[in-house]
Amino acid sequence: MVNTSVNLCGITLQNPVIPASGTCGFGAELAEWYDLNLLGAISIKGTTLEPRFGNPTPRIAECPNGMLNSVGLQNPGVETVAAEEIPRLKKHYHQPIIANISGFSIDEYTACCERICNSVDLVELNISCPNVHNGGMAFGTSATEAARVVSAVRKVCSRPLVVKLTPNVTDITVIARACEEAGADGLTLINTLLGMRIDVMRRKPVLANKMGGFSGAAVFPIALRMIYQVHLACRIPIIGCGGVSSARDVIEMMMAGATAVQVGSENLRNPLACKEIIENLPLEMEKLHISDLKEFIGIIQ
Amino acid sequence: MIKHCKNTKKATKYCIFVSVMNKYLLNIISNSCVAKDVFRMELTGEIPALKCGSFVEIAVEGCYLRRPISVCASCEGHLTLVYKIVGEGTRKMSELSYGQKVDLIGGLGNGFSLSPLPAHPLLIGGGIGTAPLLQLATDLRAAGSTPLLLAGFNSASDIFLEKEFTDLCAQVIFTTLDGSRGIQGMVTEVLSSLHFDYFYACGPMPMLKAVSTAIPHPGQLSLEERMGCGFGICMGCSIQTAGGPKRICKEGPVFRKEELLW
Repeated sequence: MVNTSVNLCGITLQNPVIPASGTCGFGAELAEWYDLNLLGAISIKGTTLEPRFGNPTPRIAECPNGMLNSVGLQNPGVETVAAEEIPRLKKHYHQPIIANISGFSIDEYTACCERICNSVDLVELNISCPNVHNGGMAFGTSATEAARVVSAVRKVCSRPLVVKLTPNVTDITVIARACEEAGADGLTLINTLLGMRIDVMRRKPVLANKMGGFSGAAVFPIALRMIYQVHLACRIPIIGCGGVSSARDVIEMMMAGATAVQVGSENLRNPLACKEIIENLPLEMEKLHISDLKEFIGIIQ
Repeated sequence: MIKHCKNTKKATKYCIFVSVMNKYLLNIISNSCVAKDVFRMELTGEIPALKCGSFVEIAVEGCYLRRPISVCASCEGHLTLVYKIVGEGTRKMSELSYGQKVDLIGGLGNGFSLSPLPAHPLLIGGGIGTAPLLQLATDLRAAGSTPLLLAGFNSASDIFLEKEFTDLCAQVIFTTLDGSRGIQGMVTEVLSSLHFDYFYACGPMPMLKAVSTAIPHPGQLSLEERMGCGFGICMGCSIQTAGGPKRICKEGPVFRKEELLW
């Protein structure tokens, strides 16, 4: 028997696999495919203080080995999420829940966190959404701004606070250290990379919003490199995210320094992705002579 | 040949927190060109009957995302897809042949509703949007209704499934933009001469908007959009409706006329 459990910010996960925010809704749609209780945890759809419709369509563009999205944080607002979506999820799901919160000002972030944090096990602070203006990524590309929002939310957050970082910066370790010093309990990296496609026949960008976040298997090496750099620079745990599509990718990310691993775009291509990865994980571990997964976190120096 | 099965249809049930959705691996029986850039793929294997107006998402080798394709005809063990080459994914689909396997998920989306059953429904198709109207016509006939088909194409060489629709519909009317077949012009030009009490439409957005505005009767319209997942998790295909934001892939693709805000 192999041991797949990990400890993330004091919370025991039965395995390190988490569907990433924005690729699993509030759970109901994935639950039509498999029993969500086999997951390590779930990171629910990015939530803002007020309801948001998001950006105009088309919001999706395909790329070699990946995709762009410009959804723009569509969500029904924190009140509906806390009062309706989370209770509905909890009726049938008993593993940890991660709330992913976004805002356009520090006050919005703190108000959103206050409303939702007691309903969940962990809060993921999204300061890295590339699809909204004057918010999201604006906080994630400046060490000073990142520290301000983290320290404000940390004061009102009753749960471990994990900060989701953008790769669209020159040196991610600078932002990561600023978040750690401001009180973050963990880091999720990475969010999507800003990208663009043009429909050459129509001579127009494919996305109505022109640019969008690039994700999918193609970004895996970039995510892995950033996890490795941040693992060496910080002491807080890392949730790895970016292009994960197999159990072997999960192990590779953990070797680079991730304590848990999120699966994102792969869920869109294969609704059973997380289930299949979790089922394959013990088999891959046996092949690699790994009996306890957590002993391999960050073994690459 | 489209295999017509006798009422073996089992609608896919959507229940929250019950796993009911499945991936299917089907065998290609045939995949042939039936009109300009339009292909008809016949698939067989272990799959239930899929609801009319629902769609499947097909995995295409070398493409990152699946391709959403509407159900043209379906019964237990058999699925017919009629699709148009519009890009890389559908081009690769058209190159598949007998004996190859197709990985797909479905039936996705809500599909057309047959209740209350209209006595004389008009089915309006625009180009490749005509394809899902075949299973709808089959189901309407089976339920005791007599549909008419009005289908608009660019040219005579774009027309497909003519015999199948002729067998099922009381009347089949074609319009073509270049006048090479049927009435020259768009579908909206013949609406006033037809007698019907309800409509079902599938086609490009400008056509849907035009027929929705021109027709005083109630009806249902099937929409399309670039999709990420096809089963409701990514919010890539949302639209604003009278009832708030809806996902074309999940609450749609079929909407009642009064739900849509043009």
